[in-house]
Amino acid sequence: MSVRDPENAAPLTARNLTTGYARKNILEHLDFEILHGCFTVLIGPNGCGKSTLLRALCNLMPVRDGGVLLDGRQISEFSTKEIARRVGVLAQGPVAPEGLTVEDLARQGRYPHRSLFGQWSDEDETACRTALELTALTHLKDRAIDSLSGGQRQRAWIAMTLAQQTGILLLDEPTTYLDLAHQIEVLDLVQRLVREQQTTVVAVLHDINQAARYADHIVAMKDGRIAVQGSPEEVINKETIEAVFGVRVAIVACPVDGAPLAVPLTGRQK
Amino acid sequence: MAASALRLVGLLTLTLVVIVISLWALTIGSSDIGIGGVVEALAGAGDERRFLVVTTVRLPRILAALLAGASLAVAGAIMQAVTSNPLASPGLLGINAGAAFAVVASLILFEPAPTAVYVWYAFGGAAAAAFIVYMLASTGAGGATPLKLALSGVILSVFLGSVTASILIFDKTTLDNVRLWSVGSLSGRPMSSVVAVAPYIGFGLVAAMAFSRQVATLSLGAQVARSVGQNIALWRLASGAIVVMLAGSAVAMAGPIGFVGLVVPHMVRLAIGTDYRWILPYCAIAGALLVILADNLLRFALPGRDIPVGVTMALVGAPLFVFLARYRIGNAR
Repeated sequence: MSVRDPENAAPLTARNLTTGYARKNILEHLDFEILHGCFTVLIGPNGCGKSTLLRALCNLMPVRDGGVLLDGRQISEFSTKEIARRVGVLAQGPVAPEGLTVEDLARQGRYPHRSLFGQWSDEDETACRTALELTALTHLKDRAIDSLSGGQRQRAWIAMTLAQQTGILLLDEPTTYLDLAHQIEVLDLVQRLVREQQTTVVAVLHDINQAARYADHIVAMKDGRIAVQGSPEEVINKETIEAVFGVRVAIVACPVDGAPLAVPLTGRQK
Repeated sequence: MAASALRLVGLLTLTLVVIVISLWALTIGSSDIGIGGVVEALAGAGDERRFLVVTTVRLPRILAALLAGASLAVAGAIMQAVTSNPLASPGLLGINAGAAFAVVASLILFEPAPTAVYVWYAFGGAAAAAFIVYMLASTGAGGATPLKLALSGVILSVFLGSVTASILIFDKTTLDNVRLWSVGSLSGRPMSSVVAVAPYIGFGLVAAMAFSRQVATLSLGAQVARSVGQNIALWRLASGAIVVMLAGSAVAMAGPIGFVGLVVPHMVRLAIGTDYRWILPYCAIAGALLVILADNLLRFALPGRDIPVGVTMALVGAPLFVFLARYRIGNAR
């Protein structure tokens, strides 16, 4: 029941990447390599370039200098369809058309595998069924997306990207606007995909402690540059958090698994 | 598969209803011709005067109603999907304003011509307006986004509308010539103007059905459509071309008939869901049904009066739209 297609597990790296909007560069001369089979989390203050990096990695940003290499080739040389067969991406807060069912959304994930007048194949059917099973949505497949809870909705979108069978998933703030239970629901799913399906996931998260708890690798960004990256233990410490977020914290060991927990200090305690 | 069998049966039933209503509509008019006479005339037999009335007066009107209804409803469904805007209609691309402007301009610039010639002016005006709107919207970052399309459509529509209105204010003869057309009317359409646009409508309908899967993917919004690998610039352009072909033809033939492109897609979605492979064919049949009913119910109830279909459609469409709006607001999350 694997969603990973070995030939699609293409290496994805940013080399000396400069990109941005209008006349403003958001990222300058950035180097970044996605670790395969790992759950990488990007953290950093608003506007630091996390989402921009994610968008650049799937060719949604104009490249000013350097570039993004997929399989050793510039990503801009691939067609959108070829990219969608190799890299799955979920934008922040997607909204489904009213009444669209879970299964119909998952079926859209087969778009890059179908030709213009190609019929729905057994392979397409299997990929969709697997995606719905992995996201535990099989029993909800005929429900409209807008009738689901926030967590189920986010899982339905993840099911669509899984149906693409890409091996790499880029998730932009998959837990934002979800309540705690639904955040855990989504993060547990992502963790399962990485552990059991060997999917490579890069996600933007806001909660540092969730990042420390779930990520294999954390990338802390500030002002369009990567400040520090490494394991949670290497990144989540007083100095880095203060340098990146400008917030003083105390670090304690998580009572459950010993992962570093950052506890912000209020002004009064300074 | 049971669901799609049910949908197919529903579609065929609806088609049968349209055929029956069309035959009934052929019996409506000032000369008293029963259903037997209509069938006889269609077969090319029977009384010659009856044959002439049915084939040159009534049949073109019925065909124009069916074609206009089908194309406006399908064009509306595509517009709503592509722009992710439930209130979008073909008029948003400047099609109505462009067609009206071209017809009025040709009336004051050139010698009077047979009706079928104006169809070409209207069609050209609609296409040119849509092209300008698309070009205006394509400038700047992000290309032709739905918001920029809507804005440039409104700008061009208002501009062309003002120019058209000012011409009509100063030229009463022109006003009299376009008055009926400008509210949407099917009366007095010669067969030649139906024949002139029929190939475009046919091509547009076939293309819309063939590419319904692309329309479904576009309806997810630009960001998602692109993330699953769709070339959105290409498919937005293709969808726009289909809309121009369909709505431009309908407007050229019958004037801007409102509400069809707005109401029919909503009703269809309520009835059969969000699968565009079914929405588009259902829209074509339901749109044809709505226009032929709107055109003939009042003519049947008030014999001797010929109320333009644009007016009856507003009478039928406005309450329907209010109902839909309330129903959907009531069901919103």
